[in-house]
Amino acid sequence: MAAGAASGGSATTDTYKESRTWLLMPAWLTLSILVLAPVSMMLVYSFLTKEFRGGVIWEFSLAAYDQFFFDRGLFGDEAPKIEWTYILIFWRSIWQAGAATLLSLAIGFPTAYFIATRPEHSRPLWVFLITIPYWVNLLIRTVSMKFLLRDQGPFNDLLISIGLIDSPLHIVNTNFAVQLGLFYSYLPFMVLPIYAAVERYNFSLSEAAADLYASKWVTLRRILLPAVKPGVIAGCILVFVPSMGSFLAPDLLGGAKNFMIGSLIEEQFKGNAGNWPFGAAASMILMTMVLILLLIYARQQARAEKTEG
Amino acid sequence: MKNLMKISTAALALSLGATSASAEGNLVLYHWFEYIPQELLDKFTAETGINVTMDTYDSNESMLASLKAGAIGTYDLAVPGDYMVKIMAGEGLLDTIADGELANKGNIAREWADPSFDRGRTHSIPYQWGSTSFAVNRDVYQGDINTTDILFNPPAELAGKINMLDSQGEVMAMASLHLGMEQCSNDRTQLKDLNAMLTAAKANWASFNSDTAKEVLVSGDAAVGQIYDGFSAKAREEGANVEYAFPVQGYVVWMDNVVLLKDAPNRENALKFMDFLLEPENIAAVSNYARYASGVNGVADFVDPELAKLPEGNPPVSAGAPVFIEVCNAETQAVYDKIWTNLKK
Repeated sequence: MAAGAASGGSATTDTYKESRTWLLMPAWLTLSILVLAPVSMMLVYSFLTKEFRGGVIWEFSLAAYDQFFFDRGLFGDEAPKIEWTYILIFWRSIWQAGAATLLSLAIGFPTAYFIATRPEHSRPLWVFLITIPYWVNLLIRTVSMKFLLRDQGPFNDLLISIGLIDSPLHIVNTNFAVQLGLFYSYLPFMVLPIYAAVERYNFSLSEAAADLYASKWVTLRRILLPAVKPGVIAGCILVFVPSMGSFLAPDLLGGAKNFMIGSLIEEQFKGNAGNWPFGAAASMILMTMVLILLLIYARQQARAEKTEG
Repeated sequence: MKNLMKISTAALALSLGATSASAEGNLVLYHWFEYIPQELLDKFTAETGINVTMDTYDSNESMLASLKAGAIGTYDLAVPGDYMVKIMAGEGLLDTIADGELANKGNIAREWADPSFDRGRTHSIPYQWGSTSFAVNRDVYQGDINTTDILFNPPAELAGKINMLDSQGEVMAMASLHLGMEQCSNDRTQLKDLNAMLTAAKANWASFNSDTAKEVLVSGDAAVGQIYDGFSAKAREEGANVEYAFPVQGYVVWMDNVVLLKDAPNRENALKFMDFLLEPENIAAVSNYARYASGVNGVADFVDPELAKLPEGNPPVSAGAPVFIEVCNAETQAVYDKIWTNLKK
């Protein structure tokens, strides 16, 4: 996928060589105003002293990072131990987001494959159908999901009426509900990149494999999957990263009993804590983790391309 | 020529009109969403000729954040809750109302004339007040509900069916009442007890939610919900068989207040509006709209009679003392934040 974009890009560069700087201006401006500036501000804030009830005092301080990594007891005067609270919260978020990603992959991959193997003229219709639910606001979809899943809700009523279960399944306010909510929120981000990859896959390769007596499983594993891997990885990143920072699904479907990274950060700005530097520090740590993940991916991609070339 | 005359007369009339309007001036409110009927604002404009503009917010903390981030000087009046009045005064965000500046100040009910959060009412006037306690579904539990044990040490029928407000202040205040300790106590043993009690109680809670505090009771997802009195009454109107509790250990009261902001651009008009809201007929219109009580004398003739009969507004004799949420100092607040994070980790 990356290679295709690059070769397309070089053709464009030649045609519009003189105006290249100008054409890039909007992108640069948008990125620097909407991404670089807020992130730098956050980075600076995470190293400042907190002001009581929100705000910062312009004095350098490592207190926010200290709070994240060291436990000094309820009253802050004990010998520092490793603080597990925030590591636990981060771990829980990673785990929930990971489960949601696997769920999306399990459902999204066959769906994408199905769409890509339809006759060409009907594919846009299937893609269109996938996106329809996402025209509705995320909050409303999450609330509806809660309504469907709750103990006296339609989902449980249905299962009871067809005799599958005797008493309602308790789903709302569990971790599973959160995973389900995240899966539902971000499913199209999994389907669409995989669809784009599978659509460009040359199915005569599968036929050739079959001619050479490869089983269907081997064809899928050795021929199709390596060819569409970039799409699968892009889909996984697009589901995993926003799931980690999400707080709507955990709050509404999970009952907000346990902080996720997103709700922990929100509490620092909108809750009683009013601890802006700590909120900024937690955001920076989250961002660093995501960045490391993406760098590993990028390096592997580069290495893969080298061995191919 | 005739036409020109007509046009210039019209222009003259228009400009005269404009001057007279600006002579009466403007008033800029910073208010909660859906908390004042539009008809009342129209009535104020009709009586005084003052144009009213209003921006809204959805929490005390977000209003404070916006004013601290530079909105001070834009607004004349805001409507903070009790503890927030004290915080705003401490941050120097409020102007002082001098003696005699408010003609109707005498209309304030005696019990609200000198509240702990604004001694002598030097910055604020009462707007609406009510209480925060909890409501219990009577189909699920028939025993005595007037005890904080229902939330923190519940009977078996209610365990696992409790929704708490997702608000540190409300939960901590109720927990302090349950343990019989002062709010914001900085006694270490008491703070440790508070931490241990909440951690143990959480095992019996289904969820933390403020926005849907009423819906979870109506839908039956929760059998007990920590809730505001007005929400409890609405839950009953919507078909939930809930009863509002007045624990013997005490319960939380709150009052929203209209405050005069520092650097108000239309200070005179702000005072006029405050006087307007202290007229019983006008503040009763707010009560009829928002379903809460006012803190003004003589409203009885104007308030919807149904409102006075609500059980939420009539505590039984067994009810403990009502308390406001207190403002902790920075040191105790840091411990509270830690307890809250522990509770939700």
